[in-house]
Amino acid sequence: MTVITESNASRPLLQLEGVKKYYPSRKGLFAKGRIQAVDGVTLDVHAGETVGLVGESGCGKSTLGRTIIRLEHSDAGRILYDGEEITAYSVRRMRPLRTQMQMIFQDPYSSLNPRQRVEDILAEPLIAHGLPRGEDARRSVGKLLDLVQLPRSSRSRYPHEFSGGQRQRIGIARALALKPRLIVCDEPVSALDVSVQAQILNLLKDLQDELKLTYVFIGHGLGAVRYISTRVAVMYLGKIVELGETNRVFDAPRHPYTSLLLQAIPVADPRRRLRERLVLQGEAPNPENPPPGCRFHPRCPFARERCFSEAPSLTGNGHAAACHYPLG
Amino acid sequence: MSEAIEPERARTGSAGPFRQFAGRFCRHKLAVVGLAVTAALILTALLAPLLSPHSPYSVSDTFSSPPSSRHWLGTDPVGRDVFSRLIAASRVSLAVGFATVALYVTAGTLIGLVSAYVGGWVDLIVMRVTDMFMAFPFLMVILVVVSVLGASLQTIVFVLALFSWPTVARLVRSSVLSLKEQDFVKAGRALGFGAPRILFRHLLPNALAPIVVNATFGVAGAILSESGLSFLGMGVQPPAASWGNMLGDAQSLTVLTDQPWLWLPPGLMLLIAVLAINFVGDGLRDALDPNG
Repeated sequence: MTVITESNASRPLLQLEGVKKYYPSRKGLFAKGRIQAVDGVTLDVHAGETVGLVGESGCGKSTLGRTIIRLEHSDAGRILYDGEEITAYSVRRMRPLRTQMQMIFQDPYSSLNPRQRVEDILAEPLIAHGLPRGEDARRSVGKLLDLVQLPRSSRSRYPHEFSGGQRQRIGIARALALKPRLIVCDEPVSALDVSVQAQILNLLKDLQDELKLTYVFIGHGLGAVRYISTRVAVMYLGKIVELGETNRVFDAPRHPYTSLLLQAIPVADPRRRLRERLVLQGEAPNPENPPPGCRFHPRCPFARERCFSEAPSLTGNGHAAACHYPLG
Repeated sequence: MSEAIEPERARTGSAGPFRQFAGRFCRHKLAVVGLAVTAALILTALLAPLLSPHSPYSVSDTFSSPPSSRHWLGTDPVGRDVFSRLIAASRVSLAVGFATVALYVTAGTLIGLVSAYVGGWVDLIVMRVTDMFMAFPFLMVILVVVSVLGASLQTIVFVLALFSWPTVARLVRSSVLSLKEQDFVKAGRALGFGAPRILFRHLLPNALAPIVVNATFGVAGAILSESGLSFLGMGVQPPAASWGNMLGDAQSLTVLTDQPWLWLPPGLMLLIAVLAINFVGDGLRDALDPNG
């Protein structure tokens, strides 16, 4: 049995320090703008926990996810994995770390190569990393299928023969093939039927317990994020606006944006539907040209003068919010 | 509830992409006929020396004689057996067609794959070069190149390929550009796959369908181009026979009106070969693209 030393236990598995990601955009013929997809995100992810990332479409949560596992280069800031700075690692230097961090994708229809059989999809990561071949690879494929609760007979089938939920299981099995410690789940259930969503979420939870996995769970379905996450980070226009334990964020949001986001969840009870509630107005501003001051002020029902000029920083111990006048 | 337990289609065995494709191809009747004719032509070309009753080069004592029991399709003005030359020509024409396509499809595919995957300035330069090649008045250039390098089979294959690869390169590039944004390619990068593996195991197999269709039509096109060049005297040189230079022999009005056995058979062979191959191409296109 391995004894976790004090320094290992306290050091986060993943540390993000002021990570920024810009995309170039063309405004006119020559004028070039840039879209601030991720704009200075600082976040620690500890081994064994699940950090949920929520926010509207276009808030940069998926870009952040891809930046974490270095599918995208970050433009500023530092990314540390297990204390090792990987921000500027080349593709070659990242290779050994690929066995440590993996990704589960949103669309199970485009995330599997349609020309490969399931066994090839699952064995290829092993072969590419010089891990078991032949009979050993076959056995590994069988184990992976067991892990995600697919019948072993699936191995010789092609992705098109499976339903969305089954395909997502194959995608999860592929992510597990290299025995990673950290998995970025990029909206893994958004493309699935509601009944299937619960199955996949439960599978992810079971796998986390069994394999001691750490998840960064990106989602816009608040229910799914609440169900699976230990902590939640709410993103708005490339910044984290609220961060805290899941129940505290959901039960007593401190940032007006989180509060409005939660009130946007449709209420199934008709008697409670008449209840007065605030509605999130309009759409998120263009991230190419974010508003000055607090980025949320144009849509915030509580905005005051200070919000128009001064950008708030993420403050508060345990349950942090980036707001000058936090709720509650 | 038992969504994970039973695969959706519990058919026995797995209908691989190939079997599905073969099924769809066979539904296209003309394509099947085309495939049979093409196969027969290829067989004829391969077995040419066994099938021809005379040597395609030996001169008999009768010149420009009409079809007879000895010379089934008559003889040409030099006294060579037209039927034997027709068979010998099929060898040349098909060889030019397939060799040209093999050459330029390989080159175009590699160029398109790398250009699209690497992107950036590499892609920019490669695409401007393809634009240049496509903007050339290509028949003129071919005539010049052939007259400089001298007409030979190799030269013809080379120049035809030189001006055909850009189409394939652009075709491959455009499919790879959309494919590389798909999540399975991103997953490959996240899994640490090297560029060759992603290019040849993941991108190429998914971009293959339009390449195969284009290559099939390309064979027919190359055969026609070779015939055109040979007709103009810039292609296959006598005494070697090709359908094009056999047609070229019939350029005079007397031959055209009085000796149809000299131009009708090579013309028909050309027509049959090109039609058959194009039908195969049509069938492939329909079979490989179920949405089209």
